[in-house]
Amino acid sequence: MAEHILMKGNEAIAISAIRNGCDGYFGYPITPQSEIMETLMVEKPWETTGMVVLQAESETSSINMLYGGASCGKKVMTSSSSPGLSLMCEGLSYLAGAELPCVVVNVVRGGPGLGTIQPGQGDYFQACKGGGHGDYKMIVLAPSSAQEMYDFVDLGFDLAFKYLSPALILADGVVGQMMEKVELRPMKDRMSNEEIAQKYPWATTGKTPDRKQNVITSLALDAAVHERLNDKLQAKYKQMEEEDVRFETYMCEDAEHVIVAYGCMARICESTIDQARAEGIKLGLLRPITLFPFPTKEIQRLTPQLKTIMSVELSAGQMIEDIRLAVNGQIPVNFFGRLGGIVPSPEEVYEAFKKEINK
Amino acid sequence: MKEEIIIAGFGGQGVLSMGKILAYSGIMQGQEVTWMPSYGPEMRGGTANVTVILSDKKISSPIISKFDTAIILNQQSLDKFEDQVKPGGILIYDPNGITRHPKRTDITICSINAVDISAELGNSKAYNMVVLGGYLQKKSVVKMENVIKGLKKSLPERHHSLIPMNEKAIQEGMNQIKDINKA
Repeated sequence: MAEHILMKGNEAIAISAIRNGCDGYFGYPITPQSEIMETLMVEKPWETTGMVVLQAESETSSINMLYGGASCGKKVMTSSSSPGLSLMCEGLSYLAGAELPCVVVNVVRGGPGLGTIQPGQGDYFQACKGGGHGDYKMIVLAPSSAQEMYDFVDLGFDLAFKYLSPALILADGVVGQMMEKVELRPMKDRMSNEEIAQKYPWATTGKTPDRKQNVITSLALDAAVHERLNDKLQAKYKQMEEEDVRFETYMCEDAEHVIVAYGCMARICESTIDQARAEGIKLGLLRPITLFPFPTKEIQRLTPQLKTIMSVELSAGQMIEDIRLAVNGQIPVNFFGRLGGIVPSPEEVYEAFKKEINK
Repeated sequence: MKEEIIIAGFGGQGVLSMGKILAYSGIMQGQEVTWMPSYGPEMRGGTANVTVILSDKKISSPIISKFDTAIILNQQSLDKFEDQVKPGGILIYDPNGITRHPKRTDITICSINAVDISAELGNSKAYNMVVLGGYLQKKSVVKMENVIKGLKKSLPERHHSLIPMNEKAIQEGMNQIKDINKA
């Protein structure tokens, strides 16, 4: 039997990084995700796998350390919470522009500004619609359990290297702080420098006589060259939408109404679905696992059978815009959200749902 | 089987670690578990609480508003959580420092003088294990052997010598919990 360990989502991220061949973590502490670097410092992976763990002097510094590490073809990651992510947005844009792979974790707290250290989902726009400047996107994974916090580090690296793009794990304070049992998957070794040089011919692994020097940059002053780079990026985002949409449905087969929720809110809404079903209301749940690429096609597939669809978020209504684009005016798109770090109970969501459908 | 528990008291009483040991015991018994703390700028003397769910099936929401069992270790928590116990549920509290006692008649109310009991055992740090024992006497959600396994998993190896003392505290809690009201 595989070993099950009780751990916080944050701890799962750290343990998973070590066990999945991560080469370097660079970060700066902030609640509610400080356990990530704390766990790494306790585990001392530099003595076992050789993974580097470094507390940078700021979030700006950590994201640019990722740029350096990723340029060398290394598996590098950082983590922070909302205000820290804002500081990293410039770096994320550069990483996207230079086509560099990395994993970034945002354990979201309430905003704007310093906000609160309680859970939030108000960084959806920042994660999915840019954040930094320019026409870029990132893979955005939304875990809803400690096990997914563990698994999405590996998945994040796989997708980041598949697309040569940053992958963001968009968690929240609940998923980061909650303890659940986590199954440790088999260890993956770190890659040697030789393996990296062979597998990633674009990486700056040291010029050899048989090739030209590799240059990592997001700068292209020639308009035609720069448009070609942008076209290439857009083609990548299109491919993400075609090949890597992930979602989960619960009780959607015969549903007349669907709630769309991600992260901790998906867990809470699953209980809401059970309450509705007990009263004979045909309510289902769609949980986007990738927020970009968004499960637009699944929503469009479900829309004809539905009377209403509802977005439930710890925000003032951000993901709802992507749901509206998918539904395209065919059915009412309702909303329920709480702000300021308040997490509603399943009953509260159910009351809000009933109020909307009885309008 | 599904048991939804809130454990609430002062920071420093061992509320979070008691929840962790209970959750680990559940894992040792093959159950699904969640452990969701109140987190924030908390400190020794401030309030702390944790929601623990043990279940035979996958657990959906880790955030709940009604509990099968409330384990209450200070007045603020009693005032806050007494109404959130499901009818027919159990409220276990330590009367030490309580001036407004629980009033509900539709739930089972039990008291455990864990401050005195742990002092008699000569180890006030075993306070939370006395309370855990009292709880396990009322609800045998996990077997004692799995609690000991859970303790081993929760405690760092250097503290494993303390396990027999913790076991004794759990046993004493089991022996000394009292019924105040039967639902």
